[in-house]
Amino acid sequence: MTGPSASPKVHLDRGHCLELLRQMILIRRFEEKCAELYTQEKIRGFLHLYIGEEAVAVGVAQALAPEDAVVATYREHGHALVRGVPPGEIMAEMYGKRDGCSRGRGGSMHLFHAATRFFGGNAIVGGGLPIAIGLALADKMRGEKRVTACFFGEGAAAEGEFHECLNLAALWKLPVLFICENNLYAMGTALKLSESETDIHAKAASYQIASEMVDGMNIVDVEAAARRGVAAIRAGNGPYFLECRTYRFRAHSMFDPQLYRDKAEVEAWVARGPIVRFQRWALDAGQIHESDVAAIEADVAQQVDAAIAFAEAAPWEPIEDLLTEIGAERRT
Amino acid sequence: MGAFLMPSLGADMEAGTLVEWLKQPGDMVHRGDIIAVVETEKGAIEVEIFENGQIAELLVQPGTKVPVGTTLAMITAEGEAPAPRPVQPIAPAPKPPVAAAPAPARVAKPMIPTARPRASPAARQIAAARGIDLGSLSGTGPDGAIVRADVLAAEGPRPAKTGIDLNQMRRAIAAAMARSKREIPHYYLTHSIDMSAAQDWLAAYNSTRLPDERLMLSTLLLKATALAVQDFPEFNGFNSADGYHPSSAIHVGMAIAIRAGGLAAPAIHDTATLPLPVLMTKMRDLVGRVRRGGFRASELTDATITVSSLGDRGVESLLPIIYPPQVAILGFGTVQRRPWVVDDTIAVRPVMTVTLAADHRASDGHRGALLLRAVEAQLQKPDML
Amino acid sequence: MTRELTFRDAYREAIREAMLADERVFMMGEDIGHYGGCYAVTKGLLEEFGPERIRDTPLSESAFTGAGIGAAMNGMRPIVEIMTCNFSLLALDQIMNNAATIRHMSGGQFHVPIVIRMATGAGRQVAAQHSHSLEGWYAHIPGLRILAPGTIEDARSMLKPALADPDPVLIFEHVMLYNRTDMLPDELPEVDIDHAAVRREGSDISLITYGGSLKKTLDAADILAKEGIAAEVIDLRVLRPLDDATILASVSKTRRAVIVDEGWRSGSLAAEVMARIIEGAFWELDAPLARVCSAEVPIPYPKHLEDAALPQTDRIVAAARQVVGR
Repeated sequence: MTGPSASPKVHLDRGHCLELLRQMILIRRFEEKCAELYTQEKIRGFLHLYIGEEAVAVGVAQALAPEDAVVATYREHGHALVRGVPPGEIMAEMYGKRDGCSRGRGGSMHLFHAATRFFGGNAIVGGGLPIAIGLALADKMRGEKRVTACFFGEGAAAEGEFHECLNLAALWKLPVLFICENNLYAMGTALKLSESETDIHAKAASYQIASEMVDGMNIVDVEAAARRGVAAIRAGNGPYFLECRTYRFRAHSMFDPQLYRDKAEVEAWVARGPIVRFQRWALDAGQIHESDVAAIEADVAQQVDAAIAFAEAAPWEPIEDLLTEIGAERRT
Repeated sequence: MGAFLMPSLGADMEAGTLVEWLKQPGDMVHRGDIIAVVETEKGAIEVEIFENGQIAELLVQPGTKVPVGTTLAMITAEGEAPAPRPVQPIAPAPKPPVAAAPAPARVAKPMIPTARPRASPAARQIAAARGIDLGSLSGTGPDGAIVRADVLAAEGPRPAKTGIDLNQMRRAIAAAMARSKREIPHYYLTHSIDMSAAQDWLAAYNSTRLPDERLMLSTLLLKATALAVQDFPEFNGFNSADGYHPSSAIHVGMAIAIRAGGLAAPAIHDTATLPLPVLMTKMRDLVGRVRRGGFRASELTDATITVSSLGDRGVESLLPIIYPPQVAILGFGTVQRRPWVVDDTIAVRPVMTVTLAADHRASDGHRGALLLRAVEAQLQKPDML
Repeated sequence: MTRELTFRDAYREAIREAMLADERVFMMGEDIGHYGGCYAVTKGLLEEFGPERIRDTPLSESAFTGAGIGAAMNGMRPIVEIMTCNFSLLALDQIMNNAATIRHMSGGQFHVPIVIRMATGAGRQVAAQHSHSLEGWYAHIPGLRILAPGTIEDARSMLKPALADPDPVLIFEHVMLYNRTDMLPDELPEVDIDHAAVRREGSDISLITYGGSLKKTLDAADILAKEGIAAEVIDLRVLRPLDDATILASVSKTRRAVIVDEGWRSGSLAAEVMARIIEGAFWELDAPLARVCSAEVPIPYPKHLEDAALPQTDRIVAAARQVVGR
């Protein structure tokens, strides 16, 4: 990652532009491949794709340092990739192989990676917020100047945990960056059908938390807002809240006929997707050339293929090891 | 490359119905193009193709439901000759290792070594009833435990501690019965007895008593026989080489069936002197001990006359065989409700047929008839028994 | 030398000792600071250790339990006090879906060394929503270690190995034991959190129990002894993982068992113990197993009905007599 994360300003030099584009395209192509592999039954269970929302994970990642922590949801492949979890380990995890980042035990929804301080991968909506405030609490008590970035969807705003955690984080001034990825649908329920107050950032503000609403399709806006938030947190001001308005181009999960939204609506959002917008701007601004884009695509294709090869070749965990890694049983 | 398969779209999707083709043979397709619509339980889902090429052939017609993995269409890659239609889905994914049926979790074995044989409660029950020593059996149950089938299979080749060997017993019975028929000149007398008085008295007696104090009909029969035979010494004693010896004591032998097919007729000593409750207790004890194999040799040889009763699940009458060296045996049939003449009218009465089989060398029919009448008389006054 | 103290004092001493020994240890819970603790266990600790380490929380069981989980994953050793197990249901998602699963879901990369203390049980006429015994229910969940101290030594000494455990430990403190006094030796023996304990030896029947029912069971054993029945009393101490070896050794010796458990009868911990005895010692049994549990009713308010609903010494005695065949 380029760009010093301590600075609140976004430096859109050529190098940074290429990096932003590369990361978004990596996520996009990786997720597209996952869809294909799922239809071939290589990936099983539930699969939730991040296609369309790339700017949020990538933008926020620019503001974080390696020593910071990330807590995400079950739609977390993109967050794991930009955090630096190796694509092969992510793919192997989704295959269920022993060399997956969670030893194959978790699958798509439970990616964990200690080296990059990636704390999951949580399948309970809102379930990651309490963990995030706990990580932040420990940092504060130990005098660590680290930030915990906590991603969740707008559906989490309905859960009690959301309110409990925002309240506690504000009360105890915990160093948490809350990022609400508002993609307008909690599975199949539109936001306006489930929230009396649809401005999620307004809810956070009511807990005395500094909050912003951000255009989640504009990666530069996201990065800038994230840098502002992280700077405020590192200055000791307590938690910060970003509501990023975004949209998922594909269904909630693979097995979803999308009866709840219009094709026209989807197409409108696709037309102003994060990659096409940024790519067009960067090309127009002369920061990058078509050949750069081709190079990035080729490079990403190679990375994705390598990840698949790694996953295909990786071994299955032997059944005899079923009862390991449960904890609390190991003694006696 | 070459086949477009029905995709898996969800964890619980097993099959889908092809609803519509959005491309036709000859059309060029690109990665990401939606080429068909599939109907699932959740609704219609658009299905995309992941490679570039040309539709060569559509294999499944709209409206057909097919399992995930079925080939729906053949695709020619750019610049490639059409591939042969595959007979099966291509290269099924290598399956994860399948567990063999796991052995149930082994629990820590008890620390204290056990001296007694491991046997199931059901096995113990049968073993006790048949007098089989568990220690002499080997078990086929879990961890070598003895189970019911092991006990049932053990038909007694090994002698039990109490000395009953069923095979030996049957041989002995066979020998005795053959000898009896060979040597003893049997004569038979039959009499039917109105059992109303006895039954009524028994019912009244039992109605005010707890189950383990109640009397059975057979108690009355034994007592009646014992009392009656007091006046008929030619039916109560032993025959030997030097002639017949009547016995001063009356020990009525009770024929008891053993479940595995044996028979024993041990004696109840001084039957005539025993009050009915005491007699009942002794009878019950004897049956239990016989079935467990726990009776004494003297109990077998001391019987001076034998009674055999079919109980209430038998038949009308029986012609018993005398147990040598005894000289008489009474066989009591089942009490049955029969038409009976009472004061010149027909009534229904509980009636029992008793048969006396006696050794003609020691007694004759005239006396035998009187004995039977005496037994009948006793049974008409059950309160005096 | 011994001294007399209450279970409450024992718990407090244990917490104090842990906080003095390790600065990573801190507490979160409702009313543990300014109020002094609902059961006065944490009385005085706020004054001694300050608000950073004794943290009063809002009424947000899910958030502060989850915060404990996150803090434990990030280098601290939190003791989360959930006022009673009745309120723990609000934190059940965090306990079951995070604390119990994170080691497994992360393939062993992260672990959660959290201790959660909860009051449990009935007896104070606080009615249906405040009288649950859920320790047997929690013992169903892989990934958790469940403790139920029934003696003053365990009340004093189980916290140390619980804090040292790299994985989640739940400690269930019975409400009726807080006020009970008992003698504690000055020289504290180290206790483990792996094994059950034989509290009284006997040869005729095994009485297997834990926590708030231990005293009632020991009293029952005294009564039975006068009738010539020598009962062995097993204190389970650790409800998950169960100490099969101790249970089976006892029942193999006595050949009879009664399990005493304050949970409701159906699907109780007692049912699990009975199943294990059948699995491991069937051939040794000389009588059917029996159990004394709470009646299948939400715990009622009036004393006579509450007493009738809960396991009591006389019911334990009656059950034992029946099993022995008297």
